[in-house]
Amino acid sequence: MLYWQGERCVVSMMFDPERAEIRFGCGLSPRLAPAGSTSEMLARLKGPDEAARRFEIPRLPSIRKQALKFADARDAYFHAETKADRQAGKKRYKVHTRAMRQASIGWFGQTLLRRVHGEDGMRERLTAFWADHFTAVGRDEITRMAHPIYIEEAIRPYVSGRFIDMLREVTTHPLMLVYLDQNSSIGPNSSAARNRKKNKKKKSGLNENLARELLELHTLGVKGPYTQQDVRQLAELLTGLHFSIRDGVTFKPNLAEPGAETILGTIYGGDTPKMSDINALLFDLAVHPVTAAHLSRKLAVHFISDTPDPALIEAMTKRYLETASDLHAVYEVMLNHPSAWDFSNRNVKQPLDFVSSTLRALDIAPDHPALTKPSRLLGTFFGPMTLMGQAWGQAPGPDGWPEADEQWITPQRLAARLQWAMSVPYKLRRVLPHPREFVEVALGRDAPEAVRFAAGAAESRTEGVGLILASPAFQRM
Amino acid sequence: MTTRKQSRRSFLSNGLALGCSLAASPLLTPVTFASAPWENRLVVIILRGGMDGLDVVRPYGAREFAALRTGSGKDVLDLDGYFALHPSLARLMPLWQAGDLGFVHAVSTPYRDKRSHFDGQDILQAGIGLSAEGRVRDGWLNRLLQNVPEAEAETAYAIGRADMLLTRGKARISEWSPDAGLTLTPQAELLLEQIMHDDPLFRDAAMEAIMLSGFEAEMAGEAQPTDSAEMMDAMKGTMRGVRKGNRPESIAGFAADRLRGDTRIAAFSLSGFDTHTNQTKTLPKALDQLQTAILTLKQGLGPVWDKTAVVAMTEFGRTARLNGSAGTDHGTAGAMLLAGGAIRGGRVVTDWPGLSEADLYMRRDLLPTRDLRAHTGWMLRQLFGLDSHLLETTVFPDLDMGSNPGLIL
Repeated sequence: MLYWQGERCVVSMMFDPERAEIRFGCGLSPRLAPAGSTSEMLARLKGPDEAARRFEIPRLPSIRKQALKFADARDAYFHAETKADRQAGKKRYKVHTRAMRQASIGWFGQTLLRRVHGEDGMRERLTAFWADHFTAVGRDEITRMAHPIYIEEAIRPYVSGRFIDMLREVTTHPLMLVYLDQNSSIGPNSSAARNRKKNKKKKSGLNENLARELLELHTLGVKGPYTQQDVRQLAELLTGLHFSIRDGVTFKPNLAEPGAETILGTIYGGDTPKMSDINALLFDLAVHPVTAAHLSRKLAVHFISDTPDPALIEAMTKRYLETASDLHAVYEVMLNHPSAWDFSNRNVKQPLDFVSSTLRALDIAPDHPALTKPSRLLGTFFGPMTLMGQAWGQAPGPDGWPEADEQWITPQRLAARLQWAMSVPYKLRRVLPHPREFVEVALGRDAPEAVRFAAGAAESRTEGVGLILASPAFQRM
Repeated sequence: MTTRKQSRRSFLSNGLALGCSLAASPLLTPVTFASAPWENRLVVIILRGGMDGLDVVRPYGAREFAALRTGSGKDVLDLDGYFALHPSLARLMPLWQAGDLGFVHAVSTPYRDKRSHFDGQDILQAGIGLSAEGRVRDGWLNRLLQNVPEAEAETAYAIGRADMLLTRGKARISEWSPDAGLTLTPQAELLLEQIMHDDPLFRDAAMEAIMLSGFEAEMAGEAQPTDSAEMMDAMKGTMRGVRKGNRPESIAGFAADRLRGDTRIAAFSLSGFDTHTNQTKTLPKALDQLQTAILTLKQGLGPVWDKTAVVAMTEFGRTARLNGSAGTDHGTAGAMLLAGGAIRGGRVVTDWPGLSEADLYMRRDLLPTRDLRAHTGWMLRQLFGLDSHLLETTVFPDLDMGSNPGLIL
């Protein structure tokens, strides 16, 4: 809040329920009340995951059968020997592809619905944050669809727990093993490699991809104190981790490089490679002071501002280390720090935040066809979000979506936001709220005078609502 | 450049009509554009899916060709007695005769063996060798601009909706898709300016978007809507616009418009080259887009065509033999297409490896005899006067450019 104190304009840096919902949650709703205090926000995070219960996204075991059938159909089609087999295979493959695609786009709808109708917006935001921190994108038809499942299994249950637990889940999740090529990494002196050499089979060897990203992106950060030698040694330590659609994730000693590895000066493992050596390394990385600072900074940049207060990062880092990576304790420090409530320098909403906060402000019903029918979901949300620069679930690289505001507000991407704001609300709700009322719902008490004026001066409800959504006041958080 | 002036004027005059304070208008600040770093123009076209170089530039003079590609020998557009052009590119023959069209054959990126589109495109657009895989997160065109101190956002344009690694990175590159057009009534445009007035990031981007939106409407001869009812009609037409904006005419037309002004580099991608089945039906569609894009560029560029080099490249070639469904599968070496008045055309540049079974890479694909980054590097060096060291270490890490293939006049 800005107010005048004598002749000085003063910024109030205190908790405010509306601001909390805009900055740390999924935006204001005309129906759902924001939390009344930081402790209520923190309590909601610790409570049961109501939104996930109400808007379900399956976990891997429940769709395993379907995935296996799909894999069989694909193999039958690709390896068909006669023309008739090929044609029949193609038909079956198409049916399965379509079914999986429709299911996957439905999970995107569930993700939106959790944001529109959930009472714990911060959990949704944290889930998106950590899913982005640990970006993993499928590489073929099957694994591409696994993205929402990956989030549901490896990210969401851990967002308010300890970072070490999330790190362990993510590093051993099938999607990550496939995405960062761990599945094709074999210890050069492993028994599998020796056999292949003996049988003059195709060359295979170490792949450093997961090892590098584990250090550079997931834990220490790009400026962290590691060398190429550490990457190489870590890649050797990780050999043995393997995923197959039939066996799931297992540790296969025959793929593992024998002998101990030295990473950041510590020796891991011995003559017999085991999964517990990898776990020991992950623990050390998770509680490393450089990891603590890297993650604290990332959280502050994402939730507060592209240029966060160094004192805030320091306080978060300290708490992280004291609690051996307890994220809930770190959030508590962030929410209770004055700079969390400084609204003079606000981040731009990413397209997912922009679209879902619009739906929340418009209070679109959970059974609305645009949120439940696959073709409508694609046309109304997924397609436009792609134009805004965010093809959901398909981040451009392992470093995820950009944080810098300028990356999102380019002429082309902003045009897509504006066009959507001006045309889609009218299609979702034939009778739109009056712009003069909607400005209060969407922006709360902070609504700037210029936006209030525009809401009243627009020629139609569509245009008035569109302008409110287009305003920087709504596009920032 | 006319669209820019008009839109800026209309943005302004709307403000005047409602009596906004002139002094407060950010739009009255004179906008100056620094002079561009070079005169020459470059257009990079990324062909997605793996273009079949052996079908596009057919070595019909090779003894083995007829057996590898049954049915491809009949309709021949001879280029130089050994190579012939795919008949779907017939409209480009006048450019070949004028020396404004050329090819580089039997080239590839350093990518080998796995033949995945995903990795192949990443390596093509990152401009890296295998040793740098996973370590480079920006595109070669962006790294080039990071090293041109005079470059402004306007210097390079990424056009179209497809996300391109090629232009991603620290250097600012403009992006626009002709289908991203905004449809606003004058009243909405005015109110928009007011609500964005105090936020420069949003204000400048919105102004630019409104300016650029005028382009597609102008091309199509459409008037901007004047009231809400017309706006709703226009929005219903947006989906048509999305399809139209993706057409090569729109993309290349927009590129030419920018390149006539301060822009020096434009990049876009065309897809549809993954011809696993029935290639005689599928490849012509993709090639027609490429042909249309080049002819649209030539027409739109006018006299600037003479200073322009167009290069079209793909992630890999395709198998030498046809497969069981009259298509081809992912291969290794392929062809690169060059066009423009600045290139030395009328030639197929190649260290031709031959097509006998023993000449093929892994007995299945055309053998790559040179890294396509070397040709691209030499083009950049000659067009823009860039230093070889910069090209061999930063733009294309670990590249040995070798001898000059002389692609630029």
